[in-house]
Amino acid sequence: MSNLKTLDHAAAAEIFIKDEARTDWHDDTLWFVRQKRDKAVHGIAEWEQLREWASEIKNHTLSNLDNYLIAFEKQAEANGIKIHWAADALEHNQLMHKILKDNNISRIVKSKSMLTEECHLNDYLKKQGIEVVDTDLGERIVQLRDEAPSHIVLPAIHLKKQDVSETFHEHLHTEEGNNDPQYLTEAARQHLRDHFIQSELAITGVNFAIAETGGFVVCTNEGNADMGAHTAKIHVACMGIEKIIPKTEHLGVFLRLLARSATGQPITTYSSHFQKPRSGQEMHIIIVDNGRTKQLGRADFRNSLKCIRCAACFNTCPVYRRSGGHSYHTAVAGPIGSILNPNLDMKANADLPFASTLCGSCSNVCPVKIDIHEQLWKWRQVIVEEGYVKPEKKIAMKGMAWLFSNPKVYRWAGKSGRWFLRTMPFLGNNKLNVWYKQREMPEAPKQSFHDWYQQNKNK
Amino acid sequence: MSSREKILATCTANKPALVDLPQLSDEHLTHYDDKIAQFKLILEGIGGKVVALENIEQVKEEIAIHKQSGEFVVDTVFNTDDALKAQTSFDLERVDRAYLQATLGVAENGSVWLYEAQMGNRLLPFICQHLFIVLDKATLVDNMYQAYQKLQVQETGFGVFIAGPSKTADIEQSLVIGAHGARSLTVYLV
Ligand code: SF4
Repeated sequence: MSNLKTLDHAAAAEIFIKDEARTDWHDDTLWFVRQKRDKAVHGIAEWEQLREWASEIKNHTLSNLDNYLIAFEKQAEANGIKIHWAADALEHNQLMHKILKDNNISRIVKSKSMLTEECHLNDYLKKQGIEVVDTDLGERIVQLRDEAPSHIVLPAIHLKKQDVSETFHEHLHTEEGNNDPQYLTEAARQHLRDHFIQSELAITGVNFAIAETGGFVVCTNEGNADMGAHTAKIHVACMGIEKIIPKTEHLGVFLRLLARSATGQPITTYSSHFQKPRSGQEMHIIIVDNGRTKQLGRADFRNSLKCIRCAACFNTCPVYRRSGGHSYHTAVAGPIGSILNPNLDMKANADLPFASTLCGSCSNVCPVKIDIHEQLWKWRQVIVEEGYVKPEKKIAMKGMAWLFSNPKVYRWAGKSGRWFLRTMPFLGNNKLNVWYKQREMPEAPKQSFHDWYQQNKNK
Repeated sequence: MSSREKILATCTANKPALVDLPQLSDEHLTHYDDKIAQFKLILEGIGGKVVALENIEQVKEEIAIHKQSGEFVVDTVFNTDDALKAQTSFDLERVDRAYLQATLGVAENGSVWLYEAQMGNRLLPFICQHLFIVLDKATLVDNMYQAYQKLQVQETGFGVFIAGPSKTADIEQSLVIGAHGARSLTVYLV
């Protein structure tokens, strides 16, 4: 079963980090976002209380998910919204295609939705000869470049302004070499306004769906979801089943956590509450499973369904920051993506739970208290158990497990390891040792902690 | 089995034992001695403007001046014109200034809430170039918990919290105001 994809995370990351200056810049940029998050969080005395509530609300919701989905559907339909259910990505795409065909629609705008990325909606529709225009600025940039977003909140975070300038010069005919973000954003504003004004159908995501009222909330800073949804005669919102919360008052917890965790803002510029279609408008919601009910049944990984997609765990992750989003080869990258994706396809994503230092920083920043690093550790065990790792890694992991469970052998190995590293460092610092790649081996101490402790404990 | 039935049945089979919902309360949350000062501090920190007015007549005068100078001004504070509802994006795209009344403001995050009826047209607060909101300072609440206690979200077709002008930092994290929606937001406190 070592028949892995051609490029796994480590291999893709290796290409990314070849450009050292860019890697450092990527790292610093995301750390800057993480620091903004810290500043916003420290301004809220009740932060831990909010996290606790958010986590409990989500735990409760998952424990009653079927009933909340039914209640949501009933209320939304009573409000005049059409509800569709999709078991997987393909069915989601087919349902969308049917709505487009039935209404003979060709001008479509879409605001950011990780679910449609997960389902590869754009590619699917393209094959049917239908073009979708992404309207979030970062998404539009990567769309013009024929790339995938590299981050769920900051889709073009891997690009520099020169890259954007070149892309816009080619596609929007902006001045060559003009790298001013203000100028470039203005060009995109004019270009996208034309699309908004003529759009016939708008696709949006859903941040929160409220079971009690049948309404849903979409959060953006640019206002692009609203520009599309309030213009087009048809609005289709796509949501995963885990987006449900019980009541409107619970939004008071989540809206406070989401933007602070994502970008350090007190709240997104627009938090739009959709309840009913406007007169003359059609509103549809596609409720998607795509592996979520299966994850609900995996007790060890169920918690991952609490995710509100703030990306705080991305921004804090030392591996994500230095390997770039594309190295995760999935729509949702970063620590949480490494938990969600093996559920969808364990073989194709067997590398992802290993793309972490297990430092625990992700779990510390998570606003809904998902035990991210523990789940990554658990996935590693499942994946090794199921035989989805390369043989070298499997042997190494088995060996380590044996070593750690045999204290006497462990101490002997430590002793000889220290002796080797001190007297013959070239044995460690060579290309055959995969740990030596991108690392200097440590200087070995003369004495182990165990020996030191034995000598000193009675002093 | 339809996908709907399949999804619901799997949820039922796979969900864990029922866990209680937490009881939210305002007690644990921050309250501000001076809500106006907090609101101003936060909203100005995220690119909005806050102007305290003596009386609402000043807004009326301002609207008149801008109308006279030939700008396309839409005002739903003093004028409830049903025709606005039927206007399309082609019409509204040309709006230079929109004046709307908000229901309440939130000190903790500098946002204001608007019901659809206060917008006249759902598209207006987003598509206009510059947005002006009139807010009664007595309606300021401390936090989002209090806001949702006061709002009847389900009784409107659409409602929104707006906090500042449209913005993006998608190009190398440089903050740019005016991505798609309004290029500026001014809140008049009366
Ligand atoms: S796992 Fe937690 S920190 Fe990561 S995106 Fe989801 S909610 Fe945010």
